[in-house]
Amino acid sequence: MWFAVLAGAAGCYALKYVGSVIPSHILEQRTVKKIVLLLPISLLSALVAVQTFADSQNLVLDARVPALAAATVALRFRSPFILVVLIAAVTAGTLRYFGLAV
Amino acid sequence: MNSEGNEWAVTRRQIVGNAASIGIAVAMYGVSFGALGTTTGLTIPQTMALSLLMFTGASQFTLVSTLASGGTALTAVVASWLMGTRNAAYSMRMTPILKTSGPGRLVAVQLTIDESTAMGLAQDETAFEGRSSRLAFWATGLSVYLLWNLATFIGAVSVSAIGDPKSFGLDAAIAAGLFALVWPQIKSRIDLSVAFGGALIALALTPMVPPGVPVLAAAIVSVVVGWVTSRRLS
Repeated sequence: MWFAVLAGAAGCYALKYVGSVIPSHILEQRTVKKIVLLLPISLLSALVAVQTFADSQNLVLDARVPALAAATVALRFRSPFILVVLIAAVTAGTLRYFGLAV
Repeated sequence: MNSEGNEWAVTRRQIVGNAASIGIAVAMYGVSFGALGTTTGLTIPQTMALSLLMFTGASQFTLVSTLASGGTALTAVVASWLMGTRNAAYSMRMTPILKTSGPGRLVAVQLTIDESTAMGLAQDETAFEGRSSRLAFWATGLSVYLLWNLATFIGAVSVSAIGDPKSFGLDAAIAAGLFALVWPQIKSRIDLSVAFGGALIALALTPMVPPGVPVLAAAIVSVVVGWVTSRRLS
């Protein structure tokens, strides 16, 4: 785990540093700029999907699905981050407590 | 005090106030990150090390949740790097404004994240000989750094007292937290298709490849769509 923590941190720092020394025309290039802008969107969306539907290598429907639906409603109403997270946790926790979902 | 001095005093107060409130808002994410870090198997020192050393929220959430879903350390690391590429663009933009060198540069680089860059660029670069841009960057960066780490610690310590994280719905909270991070970034139909494309590729690959890999594969969507759309525009 320490390997992941330290290697991840070192790489992220290196990326920040590289930006301060490389010639600006490289990152100013339209294609590179667009890809850099879109990377977090595909990665985060993939993470959301996996965190909601995957259990190791199986696709499952469990309490996380209604929890994410509740979070979506909260996001539509522009709720603050902490509220969105709490609503999801409470939804999943409640359904499990009453045995309505695994 | 002359009038320019007065104006600067007003601007300075405004910038510092804004920086403080951004720090407080970000602390909410920090508490969640600290909580998720320790529930997904990291120790408190490891969770803290991510906030202190990596210090870029989306990469931290990515690393932790990839590990949580059973991904290897390597896939988690690579995913966090991909998520951190935009910081390179930020520091490229900020460096000529900050005019830093030596140790100052090394600190500024670490503080270069979404919030500090957005605040720095929101100022008029020519106002007060660039002093307001620089102050906005430094004040926001330092305020977020301080509060993000404090919040991570509070979240990490408070959750490690809890028993089974699943019964508290913390696995669902991770999904919702990530969703809340990507939600404001989706501003166009292209963004939306990238989001759906990434999610579908990840789910389609889940039964076939080891955990963590589906998320990395989803990055291909950004590369392809970014390449195609920028071609079409030019």
